Amino acid sequence: MSAELQALSDHIASSLGAAVVDRAIAFDELTIVVRREDIVPVVTFLRDDSQCRFVCFIDICGADYPAREERFDVVYHFLAPHHNRRIRVKVMTDEATPVPSLVGLFPAANWYEREAYDLYGILFSGHPDLRRILTDYGFEGHPLRKDFPMTGYVEVRYDDGQGRVVYEPVKLSQEFRNFDFLSPWEGTDYVLPGDEKAKA
Amino acid sequence: MGEHNIRNFTINFGPQHPAAHGVLRLVLELDGEVVERVDPHIGLLHRGTEKLIEYKTYVQANPYFDRLDYVAPMNQEHAYCLAIEKLLGIQVPRRAQLIRVLFSEIGRLLSHLLNVTTQAMDVGALTPPLWGFEEREKLMIFYERISGSRMHANYFRPGGVNMDIQPELIDDIEAFCDPFLQVLDDLDTLVIGNRIFKQRNVDIGTITLDDCFRWGFSGPIVRSCGVAWDLRKSQPYECYEEMEFDIPVGKNGDNYDRQVIRMEEMRQSVRIMRQCLDKLRAPDGQGPVTTLDGKVAPPSRKDMKRSMEALIHHFKLYTEGFHVPAGEVYACVEAPKGEFGVYLVSDGTNKPYRCKIRAPGFAHLQGMDFMCRGHMLADVAGVLGSIDIVFGEVDR
Repeated sequence: MSAELQALSDHIASSLGAAVVDRAIAFDELTIVVRREDIVPVVTFLRDDSQCRFVCFIDICGADYPAREERFDVVYHFLAPHHNRRIRVKVMTDEATPVPSLVGLFPAANWYEREAYDLYGILFSGHPDLRRILTDYGFEGHPLRKDFPMTGYVEVRYDDGQGRVVYEPVKLSQEFRNFDFLSPWEGTDYVLPGDEKAKA
Repeated sequence: MGEHNIRNFTINFGPQHPAAHGVLRLVLELDGEVVERVDPHIGLLHRGTEKLIEYKTYVQANPYFDRLDYVAPMNQEHAYCLAIEKLLGIQVPRRAQLIRVLFSEIGRLLSHLLNVTTQAMDVGALTPPLWGFEEREKLMIFYERISGSRMHANYFRPGGVNMDIQPELIDDIEAFCDPFLQVLDDLDTLVIGNRIFKQRNVDIGTITLDDCFRWGFSGPIVRSCGVAWDLRKSQPYECYEEMEFDIPVGKNGDNYDRQVIRMEEMRQSVRIMRQCLDKLRAPDGQGPVTTLDGKVAPPSRKDMKRSMEALIHHFKLYTEGFHVPAGEVYACVEAPKGEFGVYLVSDGTNKPYRCKIRAPGFAHLQGMDFMCRGHMLADVAGVLGSIDIVFGEVDR
């Protein structure tokens, strides 16, 4: 399985040249990282090349890594039903730089790109209708960003006097408790508050 | 009236409409009675599941998956558990695999029973849903007996399942199979053979295989176009490899084919369930129902009474949870509605860094616009019913 994937990976890398920035096989899954501006030709190649034939659209999603300079990943998943293979394609972007849209290649990309825009604020150029999709009409912010608080900013209730639903700032009767159970003894490199003084 | 005065008529379908299968708002642009454009407005059931999962440990996030496609809860948990197991690199014991497959197939029955019979309701019949719900009730009692909950089971766990299956339950599920096949035959004559049902569904919402792939469709919709694509066969997970079953395919890719496929899939599910039950009784089907890796699966109640280590492990697993090595995986199962996938990114801590849920309903609902164009207004409900939408998974 992984030898076959390696061969496919080499084939893709040699055919696409500089467009492929990075590639890896982990957990029997092939991931390629490509340049943002080349995403449309890359996916066209993956769809049309006889050894690839990733004709079936699976998924587009965003992911947020705030520590990075280009904080967002846009992750594409495709399936080749004829070869029974999957592939993951990733591009990186930031809040301001748009990613070329795939709507021209796969009409299904439409809603998935709208979702990535809605939840992360990732922009897509050439998208016909980049509206919010999952959040409320008139929602502000991008809720899946790591810097968006889980409790959000506004809450709604029905106001009997005004006869409509009103938006108010979130009032929590109890502070949101984000328990941190990371063990100081094993696992990750975990810094206890105050530990930095010992080193200084 | 001058020509410039003639314009299309826009109506609002939903958000509260019995044929919308939940909270869906469709903005329909009509030319007379012919649909020109469908704009589904979704998100009315958005609960921020993916955000919530990022703030929970891996085990705590499991119940959210019941609440996605709440018609077949365990199939969703299955995809999530497979993703975690792939990252952890642990093996699921055989007995747990058999139980998982058994209850995944029960989930398929639950989902297809609801869909086929409510499709009949959408096109004008009331009796089929009543018949179907009677059987669903029995199946939900099986859910309750194995997990304590009729719907939100939280039964599949990373590394196995929560509890072993009792011999009485194996017997009762076996006793359910034969009468159920009889009910299916009755439903077949009542629904599939019905003249009105055919008039309303044959050659409605027809699609081609190329369109299926371009639009990201999966499950019975792809199979209705004549291709035997089923993840249980093509990319087998758990012990589906050793199960004998057939994949029904359609010819025309229309609403009617999809429902006939669902009916036949139910029969195949019963076939798989029977094999699971036999294997669960056989000597090689005995054994643990969860992985023996004490760093992932909690110790048994008995051990906790005697062993200090077991008690510590229990405490650590239910407060801190287990740590998952950094990496990213995509795991998917053949859920009743299509390919249900989980893209899981771990950063090495006890909480998922990112968990994207790839719900089949999201892609299917998106195709409403292209499937309904040029159809009559009354067919919108039929097409919507045939693509099997549940808003829990579409809106997440």
